[in-house]
Amino acid sequence: MSETRKQEQTTTHKIGIYLWIWGLLFVLSFFSYMVDWYQFQGLLRWSLILLFMFLKAGLIMAFFMHLFWERYALVNVLLWPMTAIGCFIFLMVAEFKYTVFTRFFYFVVGG
Amino acid sequence: MSDPKIEGYEFKPGFKGMAQDTGSDQTMFKGVHWGKAMMWIFLLSDTFIFSCFLISYMKGRGSTLIDWPNPSEVFALHVGGVDVPLLLIAIMTFVLITSSGTMALAVKYGYEKNRKMCGWLILATAIGGLTFVGMQAFEWSKLIHEGVRPWENPFGAKQFGSFFFMITGFHGTHVSIGVIFLFIYAYKTFKGHYDEGKRGWFTTMKGNYVEIEILGLYWHFVDLVWVFIFAFFYLW
Repeated sequence: MSETRKQEQTTTHKIGIYLWIWGLLFVLSFFSYMVDWYQFQGLLRWSLILLFMFLKAGLIMAFFMHLFWERYALVNVLLWPMTAIGCFIFLMVAEFKYTVFTRFFYFVVGG
Repeated sequence: MSDPKIEGYEFKPGFKGMAQDTGSDQTMFKGVHWGKAMMWIFLLSDTFIFSCFLISYMKGRGSTLIDWPNPSEVFALHVGGVDVPLLLIAIMTFVLITSSGTMALAVKYGYEKNRKMCGWLILATAIGGLTFVGMQAFEWSKLIHEGVRPWENPFGAKQFGSFFFMITGFHGTHVSIGVIFLFIYAYKTFKGHYDEGKRGWFTTMKGNYVEIEILGLYWHFVDLVWVFIFAFFYLW
């Protein structure tokens, strides 16, 4: 790599963007803590937890890890494998539902 | 973002750039420091490991017929006569985000060749990480005192203990390794290794501030994993 590095140009971003993201992360963490503090239950709780989680994860990846400014080749190499995780989650949800059903069934009916 | 320009090669943004980067027998990620590409690939594999842990936790929690312990009560701290739910975990989250912010700034100042500022920020990040590990040790010893074991716990479903120690333990190990490297890199930054291009150990590669960005990627990843653990293990 070093022989091809004729003139080194590094670009940095203004400090403001980092401070903004930093502040937003604090606010979002505070919100997700409030979800527990006020003891929201059921669908509201789960959707709020997921919303704040994905927002935080997205901000960290996009700006702190610079993915927002990265080349698409790298971004795609990183993000497409995540669909495999999605598939795995889907399979395991079906699996635990089946497990809990059989456990419950034989608990009631008996072996 | 920091990738050096290559003479006679113009990089196009967007999907056109991606096709150019991956196609026609070219080296992929042209101009990207190899350490940075390898760190990303390592982080991708690490993502899969943590996903497997969290998915097995989901499966274990979903398939038990015994009530799962309420994390809000299990992780409550007794402060001033009242139980504050999840207090320690909330403080740990804020400490980790603080250290993530200082790391992001350290990367920025590194690229601006501001050696002192970069070094102090890395040091601040390391101290933040150390605080986090310390609080985690406190949390573990508190739960162990209360009788939580990988095979049993007094609060409900037995699987809780094993998932807790496995997931937070693996994350804590990552933080600890990160803290060690942060201290080493803080030393190297203050010494000026990245300004002089001094070679590291085990490598003929000349020191460069891109190494701070690579370390930063790892550190932000640790924070990123905590976001998911916090949501799924402590809040759910």
